[in-house]
Amino acid sequence: MAIIEAKNIKKIYNHETVPLEVLKGMTFDIEEGEFVAIMGPSGSGKSTLLHIIGFLDPQTSGTCLFNGKGMDDYTEDEIAHIRNKEMGFVFQAFNLLPRTNVYENVKLPLIYSDRPEKEWHELIMKAIKAVGLEHRLKHETSQLSGGEKQRVAIARALVNDARVIFADEPTGNLDSKSGALIMKTLQELNQKFGYTIILITHETYTAEHAKRIIKIIDGQIKSDHKVHKRHDANHGFKK
Amino acid sequence: MRLFPQFKIAAGGLRTHKSRSALTILGIVIGIMAIIMVMAIGKGAEDLILDQIRGMGSRTLSVEPGRMPQGLSDFAEVYTESLKDREVTAIKNKNNVRGNNEVAPFVYMNGTISYQNEKMRTLIEGADQLWMDIMDVEPEEGAMFSDSDVKQMARVAVIGSNVKEELFGDSDAIGQRIKIKNINVKVIGVLPPTGVKMMMDVDDIVVMPYTTVQKILMGISHYHAILVEAETEELVPLIAEDIKITLREMHGITDPDKDDFHVGTMEDAMEIIGSVTSVLTLLLIAVAAISLLVGGIGIMNIMLVSVTERTREIGLRKAIGATKTDIITQFLIEAVILTILGGIIGIAIGAALTWVVGFGIREIGGFVSWRFFFPMSAVALGVGVAAAIGLIFGLYPARQAASKSPIEALRYE
Repeated sequence: MAIIEAKNIKKIYNHETVPLEVLKGMTFDIEEGEFVAIMGPSGSGKSTLLHIIGFLDPQTSGTCLFNGKGMDDYTEDEIAHIRNKEMGFVFQAFNLLPRTNVYENVKLPLIYSDRPEKEWHELIMKAIKAVGLEHRLKHETSQLSGGEKQRVAIARALVNDARVIFADEPTGNLDSKSGALIMKTLQELNQKFGYTIILITHETYTAEHAKRIIKIIDGQIKSDHKVHKRHDANHGFKK
Repeated sequence: MRLFPQFKIAAGGLRTHKSRSALTILGIVIGIMAIIMVMAIGKGAEDLILDQIRGMGSRTLSVEPGRMPQGLSDFAEVYTESLKDREVTAIKNKNNVRGNNEVAPFVYMNGTISYQNEKMRTLIEGADQLWMDIMDVEPEEGAMFSDSDVKQMARVAVIGSNVKEELFGDSDAIGQRIKIKNINVKVIGVLPPTGVKMMMDVDDIVVMPYTTVQKILMGISHYHAILVEAETEELVPLIAEDIKITLREMHGITDPDKDDFHVGTMEDAMEIIGSVTSVLTLLLIAVAAISLLVGGIGIMNIMLVSVTERTREIGLRKAIGATKTDIITQFLIEAVILTILGGIIGIAIGAALTWVVGFGIREIGGFVSWRFFFPMSAVALGVGVAAAIGLIFGLYPARQAASKSPIEALRYE
């Protein structure tokens, strides 16, 4: 069964009484263990799509199921719990807590989880090791480079053992070397640990690190295909 | 959701804005401080006043001119000249007033007294031995004047310790003659340092036979009060009633509202003081409550600013699984930490100032029986009120925070 099933998703914003159709009916499935890039120019509706499949925002019409159920099937608290337990989010602007160290930032989702506190340390260390930041544990986020910040954000997305990681332009604020490291981390998480990864990007080159690209333009799916010549981030990354 | 990590998050949020947090709680600090001081000093003052009245003795009644003051305008009534020798005689008469009572009239005046080149203004009491008994003082040097001194309008005086100090310094006062209104008065006794008793500074008075003060110094025929000491405490209400009936009959009064005198007992006085202090306390608590309201609005204001500033953080928390309740809890904890901190600081400052005020009242005001009073109930009330303000005024900003959509919040720049 597909972990994400989208059927004819539409999203209409009523901007100053003028309805603006951002998503004009999108249909696709994402299987567990896939690494999918959703690619499109800015304004094409890719972030809106991510918010809908990530249960951050409801669609105007159509159905969007995660694990066979839609946002309407859950209460607000249950949705929060699903985001906490099943989903991990990585944002372009990192969104780390200021004046807080790496360890505390990674811990954040656990505070809202039902995991016993005695398991936390092990989970946090496992996530931090997965992104290779164990030497930076007690550093405040302001002391980190952009690439390191994004790896903290990835560790935070992993810490509660999410099934799907949503990454919204994760390399957008990074130089090419840091960007390569992030893409390498995402590829490893997908290949070694089997995480489902959904990557949002406007760059073809970044998108080609994924196994499948859904190209969207103007709120519609333009193409949906497998990547034949996939970039391996181990061999460098250019911007 | 776990409270302890939430608490740490909230405390961290406040630490990053130390000076703002400090200014925010100032209103709460002042409000709680005011409540603590009002409660502590109010209680101390009440105890002190009640103590002074109790010092008068539960067997003592005081008959004073004018009707029982009902308001400020009635205080002029004490100048009524309704109590004279015939009233004293009537009260002494066992056919009118039951029991073996001691009765003594009482007058007082302000006057300048001098000895050689030294001069001072002071209170001159015209009294007799009964007054000394009620005040529970006796001369430490020399002796009290006798009943025959009273009868003969003797020009003698017993002086307070301050008066002695001012006029005579270290030299002996007994046997010396002081001048009051150009009349020579012989000092026959000096009172020990006593402080304030029954709202009178005993150290600063001159006590003379009431006949001398009334007839020679003041040239009047009425009294300022007639003191009655009942044989037993149980008789006090009956005696008060007998006195009222007797004087009304003598003065031809049928309507008690038109009384030209009033009878006070210790119980009446305590009741009046009790009601006056409770009204004052309520009034001051109302002022403190207004200050707390203003403080609470300050907290709400700053919390709203904080919510707006941290929109992205709120969005992130919601995106990674925080529920509305989690967000509300976080911001409420922040508000409550602020107000409880303000409450604790307010209690500490309030207690310190209460002690300072008490020290002043004892040492400078001369009320040696003032006790430092700091009720634990005030601490509980202070912290409780502070926490309640945090909850009440933190709720609106916390709900604002929780109602943010994660998308809008993450997009916020």
